[in-house]
Amino acid sequence: MHLSRTARIVLGCVTAAGLALIYLPLLLVLLNSLNADPSFGWPPGALTGEWWRRALHSAGARDALWTSLQAGLWATALALVLGSLAAFAVHRHRFFGRQTVSFLIVLPLALPGIVTGIALNAAFRTVLTPLGIGFGLFTVVVGHATFCVVIVFNNVAARLRRIGPSLAEASADLGARPWQTLRHVTFPALRPALFAGALLAFALSFDEVVVTTFTAGAGTRTLPIWIYENLARPHQAPVVNVVAALLIALSVLPVRAAQRLSSDPAGGRL
Amino acid sequence: MSVTEREPGARARLAALLAPPLLWLILAYLGSLAVLLLSAFWTTDPFTSDVVHSFTADNFREILTDPVYRTVALRTLGIAVVVTLLDALLALPMAFFMAWVATGRLRRALLVAVLTPLWAGYLVKAYAWRVMLGEHGIVNAVLAPLGLHGPGYGTTAVVIVLAYLWLPYMILPLHAALERLPAHHLEASADLGAGTLRTLRSVVAPAVRPALLAGSVFTFSLSLGDYLTVQIVGGRTQLLGNVIASQVTLDLPLAAALSAVPVVLVVCYLAAVRRAGALDSL
Repeated sequence: MHLSRTARIVLGCVTAAGLALIYLPLLLVLLNSLNADPSFGWPPGALTGEWWRRALHSAGARDALWTSLQAGLWATALALVLGSLAAFAVHRHRFFGRQTVSFLIVLPLALPGIVTGIALNAAFRTVLTPLGIGFGLFTVVVGHATFCVVIVFNNVAARLRRIGPSLAEASADLGARPWQTLRHVTFPALRPALFAGALLAFALSFDEVVVTTFTAGAGTRTLPIWIYENLARPHQAPVVNVVAALLIALSVLPVRAAQRLSSDPAGGRL
Repeated sequence: MSVTEREPGARARLAALLAPPLLWLILAYLGSLAVLLLSAFWTTDPFTSDVVHSFTADNFREILTDPVYRTVALRTLGIAVVVTLLDALLALPMAFFMAWVATGRLRRALLVAVLTPLWAGYLVKAYAWRVMLGEHGIVNAVLAPLGLHGPGYGTTAVVIVLAYLWLPYMILPLHAALERLPAHHLEASADLGAGTLRTLRSVVAPAVRPALLAGSVFTFSLSLGDYLTVQIVGGRTQLLGNVIASQVTLDLPLAAALSAVPVVLVVCYLAAVRRAGALDSL
């Protein structure tokens, strides 16, 4: 279709405005991490490195980061196994209830986080507490894995659809055992999808607040929980702002990694 | 597909593949939802605030008859719809530009630019807006010379921040759909004498609709269940999410019954959207 010059210019302007809107708040967080005024009045009067120094020595933020990393890695590992198994089952087999299975897997992502959160909370209290298992990292991992499975499932399923069955069939025709086909043919073809799925699942877990709030219990603090708890404390606001700035700056890394390691320019699907 | 059920061992392999994820989902997820649904039929003793395990539909009756809950539910629904419309309005031209005007390097760069904020974190972004919309924040500083005052913390702020948070979720499926639309379809339409508007209506719209619906699943259901944004920039605004959150410790059965409202709304929406084939574009 031929777009007129005016149409192109209008579309370009809206896109530029949209991007400016997307990035303005993020740039302000970066700038405010140097703002000497702890209540971040605009425009900033003087600049200071004090908040960065304080944030780097904040034990609370460091512990929370460690908890987040652990929770993210465990949840991702669980999701990789369960999501890939489900994707193989749904895409390489035909069986009764196949549609229901895919719907069931997508459900934890579609339903509001608060519903998942209080459902898990109620279930843990009914089932785990009598067994002597308290709320902590374990319950957080269970909660996160539940919605991370979808991400891995979607990525692996999309890849399986794209590569089709012919390569695996050729491998079998050439006398490879199923295990050999899996190792030498299917797995290498799936690697980008597994990587993209793992990266997105980790990111989702690392960023999750709502389900975590209801599954973490009193002593376990992930980084988002720490941020949330300290958000309203005026004394801590500059330190929270530095952590936020750091997270924004680091967000460039996974996008680059995803693009480099997967053929998909979007680096995977949600 | 490669494995048919006639092949020996296929059935056993399918069972081995399906059992772990299904067991996990049924035990950890459906089980929890069942516990939640069950507890919606219990009550809380008003004096001891212990949960009383007797079967009653009082909680649901209270939600359906108490005008407070109806107002909150309608307000939440309204916000979710407005946020979805705002995102669609902004995402459509951006996706058109990315897919049709930008090429090569620029297109890739724009895609990265839209994706990167997704990794910056939900709280970080909501927090950024809290600072911007504050009394001494940049919004008021910019509007002051014009004699205007920013929206402050409240319902408007919630709509702005939610639309901001979910915008990339709307752009990505739209961009993917437009990029997949074969150029020769557009040329064919022009060759057959269709004007720009006619082509947009008859060729582009059918391709865009499922993607628009797929994006709206995110914007709509994420907005329906949100409660943190409301707490961060909402001032005294009450939405379903934070009413549920505030009832969890006070009256779990009531919170459980309340959480059925967004679930029903989301499931209805998913079912409607599924007919339009949008779930395949997710």
